[in-house]
Amino acid sequence: MVHALEGYRMLDFGTAWAGPQVGGILADMGMEVIKIETRTKLDGSRMGRPLVGADIAGGDEGKWPDMQPTFHGINRNKLSFTIDLKQPKSRDIITRLIKMTDVVLDNSSPGVMERLGLDHGSLEVIRPDIISISLTGCGESGPIMDANVYAPLIISLGGLQSMTGYYGEDIPMNVIFAYGDCNASIHAAFAVLAALWHREKAGKGQHIELAECWAVTNLLGEAIMEYCMNARIMKPRGNRHPSMSPHNAYRCKGEDKWVTIAVNTEEEWEAFCRAIGRPNWSKEERFANKYNRLRNQEELDKLVTEWTVNYTPYEVMDILQQVKVAAIPVMNVEDQYTDPHFSERQIYVTVEHPLVGIETLYANPLRLDKTPYEIRRHAPALGEHNDYVLGELLGMSKEEIASLQQEKVVY
Amino acid sequence: MRKIFDGLKVVEWGNLISAPYCAKLFADLGAEVIKVEKPHTGDKARQHGPFPEDIPNQEKSGLFLWLNTNKLGITLNLETKKGRDILKRLLEDVDVFVENNSPRLMVEFGLDYNSLLGINPRLIMASITPFGQTGPYRDYKAYELNCSAAGGVLVGVGYPDREPLDLPLSQGGYEAGIGAATAIMIALMARKRIGRGQYIDISEAEIWADLHVGVNVLTFMYRGITGIRRGTHGGYFLYPNEILPCKDGYVALTCPQLAQWQRFLELMGNPEWAQNPRYRNRRAMHEEYPDEVNALLIPWLKEHTMEELFQLCLKQRIPLVPIYRINELMNHPHLKQCNFFIEFDHPEAGRLKYTAGPCRFSVTDWQIERPAPLLGEHNELIFSQRLGYSSHELAKLAREGVI
Repeated sequence: MVHALEGYRMLDFGTAWAGPQVGGILADMGMEVIKIETRTKLDGSRMGRPLVGADIAGGDEGKWPDMQPTFHGINRNKLSFTIDLKQPKSRDIITRLIKMTDVVLDNSSPGVMERLGLDHGSLEVIRPDIISISLTGCGESGPIMDANVYAPLIISLGGLQSMTGYYGEDIPMNVIFAYGDCNASIHAAFAVLAALWHREKAGKGQHIELAECWAVTNLLGEAIMEYCMNARIMKPRGNRHPSMSPHNAYRCKGEDKWVTIAVNTEEEWEAFCRAIGRPNWSKEERFANKYNRLRNQEELDKLVTEWTVNYTPYEVMDILQQVKVAAIPVMNVEDQYTDPHFSERQIYVTVEHPLVGIETLYANPLRLDKTPYEIRRHAPALGEHNDYVLGELLGMSKEEIASLQQEKVVY
Repeated sequence: MRKIFDGLKVVEWGNLISAPYCAKLFADLGAEVIKVEKPHTGDKARQHGPFPEDIPNQEKSGLFLWLNTNKLGITLNLETKKGRDILKRLLEDVDVFVENNSPRLMVEFGLDYNSLLGINPRLIMASITPFGQTGPYRDYKAYELNCSAAGGVLVGVGYPDREPLDLPLSQGGYEAGIGAATAIMIALMARKRIGRGQYIDISEAEIWADLHVGVNVLTFMYRGITGIRRGTHGGYFLYPNEILPCKDGYVALTCPQLAQWQRFLELMGNPEWAQNPRYRNRRAMHEEYPDEVNALLIPWLKEHTMEELFQLCLKQRIPLVPIYRINELMNHPHLKQCNFFIEFDHPEAGRLKYTAGPCRFSVTDWQIERPAPLLGEHNELIFSQRLGYSSHELAKLAREGVI
């Protein structure tokens, strides 16, 4: 199989999520991504409750670095090289490695890479056409560059959190998945490839500064325009849409089961009314057109719920999709796992892992027909590829490697 | 300044967010992007707003202006064979074609990848749809809210006893757009190796289900955890992971490390309750009684503004930040210093603010050279100068409703 990014190498100094997911996406496409790690300070996603067993306390202390679910997902296809960058002897090794590297990635706090002698200026001396990318919370300069951020804080600083919540209530609702991280990582993958494209043509590398908070703000054009045009500050509007009603998640039969319904055109509205056995609604003044439906949407939502509670989300979907009305269940991971469409599309794939056996990972949704992604290997054990990096890439002898291990430079 | 995509040619036939955002990423980095719109009404984003003083005007929609900078705009009626033939001529000589129409429509119009392959084997085509080009839901109708629901976004937002919520401002469109842009880059890199283009099938629901929440599949398989929205409480496993009120708004506080939480307590003056064993088990505090602990923090937080709290916590390296509203962001000194917002004119909508781009390139940064096109603004340029139609032929095409 042809892999689109075969022949390119990344040194991945990323930890936690936003950094590592960039290399994860690119490794799926054939890039050789070497995760630079150290036992002296484990990547946070190597810590926590292990996949198998109940040793929570041990996991929190980092005793199960090769058994972490998040780590297995975002670090598949990567190689792991453990090196203590604080040891003087590591310098020569890293320097030689950088010479054979196209991209260096990190998501450490501003200043950390500089202290390690790995900022873009230093990298460029070693390899003039190097591409480096740093994912930070707020950028590499400015008064709040040192803000300590995690995913929920990224969307708070970035402005999205203030608009996430129920209509008419000002309380921001937390988002339980790492939106700020994921959004940053996909943008970063694009940016790295764009810089590689440029390097192929112009022969020049460069540095990419990706501030995770501002990558979120970049998606808030509507709110920014509303403020510029009308000096209005956008507030949470729940599931309301500026021009559609019904447009909400409606309760269904079962415990915490919901279906989303969105009705846009008059044609859809009439089909909807007929399908749920309320053909007269479309003739009533209060719902006769878009504007009236929007004005009376609370009342309409109640009436729609009176119908949906009698059905499961899938039943509602079947009834309404038959008449071309947008109705889709609210799915959690279990629903997604068992959903017939997602199964056929294989949104999950399996890989063999030496410690846990066959495990299920998420697929790569960037589907290219001639150079598809491939999961060639499971996430690496800590230091699994030390011999490969030192022996095969750098040509060191067994004795040299053993002595580096003994001195705890590479171990 | 150099441009990354100098010489790269892209055609976009998109509505609303996903395909337009994807093409914008290329346009703002220097590619020539020709945007194809329906005559008279154009991209549906032109009807979306926001509009100055709330007066609908297809040249003044904020969403459209935001997403279509640097593009050349042409109008083409693709319901006519002549319109489709003109599009095909354009596609003979471009690198990328991105669209977000229904799979059925593309086949019906003969604009699916298999039909285009013959005219340009180096063409990379990306289709963005709710559910992709195969599978039982391929032809299902779905708007952004529906895609988020299937993608696993809604289950993670809102109170557990009330309806689950989507993220604001159609985030799914943006995520599908950046996903498609990344896939197009991969195809461009691959083209150097395999010498030809390829087809890219992007499903908005799958971008969410895989890249955003896909890691949950392992904890589900091993422990049966499906995850549930928790109101103002977050998803991490240790307290605090909270949204809390303060004097003039809300702040978000998340302390994965014990030392961070201890520094926060110190900032509060080491209150006595913190010694109580009930408030030392951060896992239980998070899972079982976060509201009870919040009630102990709130009186102190309410004595301070969010900026005061932020400054105090910045100094102590405590992960607490303000939940900024849009006005606070637009006037933020940090963003001013970074020149994050840029301002430029549009002939109809006037001077407005935009962002400089989602990241910074040290050598070949984003550049906005022209605002979003007026409807059909570049018809003359593309149809006459590029494709060689005479003004007589153009007038005829206009009469026939083709352009």
